[in-house]
Amino acid sequence: MSQRVLRAVFAREEDLLPAVRELRARRYEIADIHVPYAVHGLDRAAGLRAARVSWVGATFAFAAAFGIMAFQVWTSAVSWPLDVGGKPFASHPSFVPATFEMGVLLGGLGAVAALLVAARLYPGKRVELVHPRVTDDRFVVTLAETDAAFDAAATWALCERLGAVEVLEDLMAEERR
Amino acid sequence: MAEALAGLRRPLVAGEKRPGDVTADVARPMEGRPSGWWWGGLVLSLAALAVGAVSVTYQVATGIGTWGLNRTVGWAFDITNFVFWVGIGHAGTLISAVLFLLRQRWRTSVNRAAEAMTLFAVICAAIFPLIHMGRPWLAFWTVPYPNPRGPLWVNFRSPLLWDVFAISTYFIISAVFWYVGLVPDLATLRDRAAKGLRKKLLSFFSLGWDGRLATWNRYEMVYLLLAGLATPLVLSVHSIVSFDFSTSVIPGWHTTIFPPYFVAGAIFSGVAMVLTLMLVVRKTMRLEEYITQHHVDVMCKLIIATSSMVALAYGTEFFIALYSGNPYERFVFMNRAMGPLAWSYWIMVGCNVLVPQLFWSARLRRRHLVVFAATLLINVGMWFERFVIIVTSLHRDFLPSSWSSYVPTPIEVGTLVGTFGLFFTAFLLFCRFLPVIAMAEIKGVLSWGRPRQGGHE
Repeated sequence: MSQRVLRAVFAREEDLLPAVRELRARRYEIADIHVPYAVHGLDRAAGLRAARVSWVGATFAFAAAFGIMAFQVWTSAVSWPLDVGGKPFASHPSFVPATFEMGVLLGGLGAVAALLVAARLYPGKRVELVHPRVTDDRFVVTLAETDAAFDAAATWALCERLGAVEVLEDLMAEERR
Repeated sequence: MAEALAGLRRPLVAGEKRPGDVTADVARPMEGRPSGWWWGGLVLSLAALAVGAVSVTYQVATGIGTWGLNRTVGWAFDITNFVFWVGIGHAGTLISAVLFLLRQRWRTSVNRAAEAMTLFAVICAAIFPLIHMGRPWLAFWTVPYPNPRGPLWVNFRSPLLWDVFAISTYFIISAVFWYVGLVPDLATLRDRAAKGLRKKLLSFFSLGWDGRLATWNRYEMVYLLLAGLATPLVLSVHSIVSFDFSTSVIPGWHTTIFPPYFVAGAIFSGVAMVLTLMLVVRKTMRLEEYITQHHVDVMCKLIIATSSMVALAYGTEFFIALYSGNPYERFVFMNRAMGPLAWSYWIMVGCNVLVPQLFWSARLRRRHLVVFAATLLINVGMWFERFVIIVTSLHRDFLPSSWSSYVPTPIEVGTLVGTFGLFFTAFLLFCRFLPVIAMAEIKGVLSWGRPRQGGHE
């Protein structure tokens, strides 16, 4: 199923932010927004909640830290206890560096993996740009034409009044979001 | 258009750039033909790399008896180079992570190149312990994996093993951080590229990035998290490197000041190296509007700050050695400053404490030739700092009959030259094939098209 959408293209952050607020205030359904860089304050204007990928990172970090600490105790004190200069077999202070490093490593990798999975990014993925300049210098707000009451002409005019440099009609593949 | 300008206190980018101009300016060096300077630099770097390749091949085939080590000085040139290169890398993480958390938005002009520098420096650093193993093809023995030798595990109580964990984590996290930062820029380049291999490669590595806000939202969170992880990581890495020395019982090494002293020194030398490279890049790649005088100024000030920390550490360790009442500790420090290798100590003090004082003068900071020369001297000084710490603590040990000195052999010097070759070859290739400036980040700090209040509600 595909859906008819209206894409309002903006050139300036200064126009984009108030436009998004205005469109939301007027109860338009913003299907998507595409921007060339992380626009400060846009996530709040668009009503996005904080991303939860950091929880994945934190979980990985703590799991890795506990895991490697247990592994160090097991290898040094249980599996093959070696007397090194009379130090205790399970000498926890000297296990701290590896514990910390593995926590950081897995925490970082876990968060990035979560990003790739959540955003469905993978090498070689085919991409359909909403606008040829969206990775360069154009901001695109996609409005879903939700029902019969959607007045395309009026919306078009509204977008132009809000500073859109270009408005296009398009079809958007219905995608799980 | 003038009313659309400002918003930030002082523009970080000169020339009233629009987002599209940024793309065009940063992509230009990658899409055109390289200049004669670039080819000259590449040939020189490859020559140095070849010297290194020959030296490494020879010493691996012959054994590390080709080094100038002796019974008294059992650790010298290679560990000096290792610490030197790891230190160089630290500025990249400082700029990309610490300054990100501190919201120093000027970092956007230099972070990409600084992060690349980190990666290359860590690779150069890793070469030295790898060779020092004597049988580098068995390097994987440092990884604790179940093996048919017992299983015999690695010694988790050894600082050298901590190094393995610290350096590998540092390299992987830096590489991931760098790559994650690159993805939106690769997408920008992909959408500019004509059909062909370049487009295919860019499509592959840009992971299907299409600029969706929800993706940006997650991306920013991951970026913040990576910055938050990399900040303690960078402090831990050089602390762990300093543990190689400070957990031993050698006078001159066995001190608690080492971790902060090493971290400050690492950032000091790294910022100097970033500045060296940036002065060349802005000139040869015509990026003066992105890497402005303001950037040179703030990096000079960072150098003064870290130089002061290093100077304080030099003073403190000397004072504590004299004040300790420990005759061995006192001897090592008097020997450093007045013994047969005193010249290296005074090069260190001269380059690391005196030279950075030039940067107090705003007029001198505008003379880029002076800044360039000073940053080179700082790196010479920081190399000698490690040499002083390592060699002067060892060469006159507890038994005067075994006192000796240390001179590097041509093979060792050749290896160091080779790592410089590797570093600059990698950096030149990076400048040619990847965006040296983080486009998606710098577009977020332009003055153009931005509300006066900086986007806050």
